[in-house]
Amino acid sequence: MIGPGWRQVILHCSIRLARRLVPVFLTSIMADTLSIVVVEKDRDQALLIVDSLRASGDHEIFVISEEAGLARRISERNPDIVLVDIASPSRDMLEELTLASSPMERPVAMFVDRSDQGLTKAAIEAGVSAYVVDGLQPDRIKPIIDAAIARFHMFHQVRTELAQTKRALQERKVIDRAKGILMKAQGIDEDAAYALLRKTAMAQGRKIVDVADALVTAAGLLS
Amino acid sequence: MTVQTLKAGFIPLVDAAPLIAAAEIGFAEEEGLKLDLVKAPSWSTLRDMLAVGQIDAAHMLSPVPVAAALGLGGVSARFDAVSVLSVNGNVVGVSEALAGRMRAQGYGFDFSDAVAAGEALIAATDGRLRIGVPFPFSMHAELLYYWLGALGLPAPQGIDVRTVPPPLMAEAMAAGEIDAFCVGEPWGSIAVENGVGTLLLPGAAIWGFAPEKVLAVRHGWADDQPDMTSRLIRALWRAGRWLSQPGSRELIADVLARREYLNVSSEILERALTGAFVISAQGDRRTRDKFVTFYDGAANFPWRSQAAWIGQRLAERMGLDREGAISAAKSVFRSDVYRQALSGQLADLPGASEKLEGAIAEPTEVASASGTLILQPDRFFDGQTFDPSAPQR
Repeated sequence: MIGPGWRQVILHCSIRLARRLVPVFLTSIMADTLSIVVVEKDRDQALLIVDSLRASGDHEIFVISEEAGLARRISERNPDIVLVDIASPSRDMLEELTLASSPMERPVAMFVDRSDQGLTKAAIEAGVSAYVVDGLQPDRIKPIIDAAIARFHMFHQVRTELAQTKRALQERKVIDRAKGILMKAQGIDEDAAYALLRKTAMAQGRKIVDVADALVTAAGLLS
Repeated sequence: MTVQTLKAGFIPLVDAAPLIAAAEIGFAEEEGLKLDLVKAPSWSTLRDMLAVGQIDAAHMLSPVPVAAALGLGGVSARFDAVSVLSVNGNVVGVSEALAGRMRAQGYGFDFSDAVAAGEALIAATDGRLRIGVPFPFSMHAELLYYWLGALGLPAPQGIDVRTVPPPLMAEAMAAGEIDAFCVGEPWGSIAVENGVGTLLLPGAAIWGFAPEKVLAVRHGWADDQPDMTSRLIRALWRAGRWLSQPGSRELIADVLARREYLNVSSEILERALTGAFVISAQGDRRTRDKFVTFYDGAANFPWRSQAAWIGQRLAERMGLDREGAISAAKSVFRSDVYRQALSGQLADLPGASEKLEGAIAEPTEVASASGTLILQPDRFFDGQTFDPSAPQR
């Protein structure tokens, strides 16, 4: 049966779309499995998302990795839910679907659970956005959104860690080069060169890497 | 004055310049603000970040807050446009194949006459014209529907308007998915650089004074934070005034070119800022004075009549009640909040908050607080006017 809370997930229902609501209900009541489209370019990430969603229930999942003609490809699939990385510029192509310009299309809305603002916020912060067809019950959507949030949250963490590692490596390289320049110019050993960098940084209230970077730049200009 | 930090989102476009200048050149600082700028990957994500409170203010397509007020699109949030960040700044371009057919029919690509350009475009098109725009609710889409509709192409049925993110516009054209586009700079010039498109018209040739991007905040925020809102509006007004000086162009182009902002060469960015365009891969040059306006002619003033024009166009296309749409649209462009921020000191403000859109053919002096305000031409290419209080069209 249609739960009393169904309205809470529908934010958008233009006058033109309203008259089609009844048949849409019937489809969603009768369908046992949900059809989900995942828009994701990266194949490995897509597989991980699909795994998480499978664990949350028996769904029919389809991955679209091509940006070209995205709105058309999604319309052809006619899914109940679309999940997309909010970092993807092609997300704007999905906004077209909210207008459902042809009578054959099913109207979709971005998932915003009004009974639980936190869930929408969590989704956006984790980096995933979900578009949901009109008439789906919140209790059917929630496990899917939860699974997607958890998965995207992990992606986000991995990305942050990767960026940190990269930055650390980069900083290390700059410091090594600066040490080399000092060792050559001052005829000192590596430890003394590092101590000099650290002393200068402390005296100027700057980070060691910033001092090293300035030295490398200056040396580049002078050479 | 204590320094307050505000988070503001932007999309990498030349018309993000006021926000970037406010943060980088010191205009925010002058108002005791620290602007933390966040680059957003798409208009929908930027809108959602603002809706859930991840950011306080956003660079926003002028029709987005109007569409939200009409209940259109996939969001339930409401926004206020507290100032206009830029007027005009879009460019219409066509694919090389289409440009070739237009040339063969004798069209000269003057980059100014919208009637001649539109007629040549329609004559050279076989089948349904596929045009890329950055977002379903955008001045780009509105200008195209208005322009091609007035020239006899039934809009929206006669044209296939598709959403293509600006950085992917050149790619979509190269892949043959679109025949034409209307996009903000530098993405039109990038299509020219990549040899896939020829520029046909500046957006200003269709509507001489179209509000392009607005400074948007969550509905209610401006009323809860009047001081912060005023400071932000003033900082952006100062940034716009600075940007309007020819001497600023080179510097802002260099700043915008940086990786954290547009990551596009400053030479390409300068085209929109100076109005000196290369319109084709063959190197044809055309100039357009005031291609994008950040300050002149009270550009930052959020005219309620501009919002009304957008509202009535959306209502017409979506089958909504016109009167209701116009009044909802007007309430979104907060000329009251803008006045509060700038009255009595810096800017001269117009006496009225609505005007007859499309009625100014020459720079015109209008009634204002100190009587010196000169409005710039705002004509529609077909000479129509729009009266926000008596909408018959």
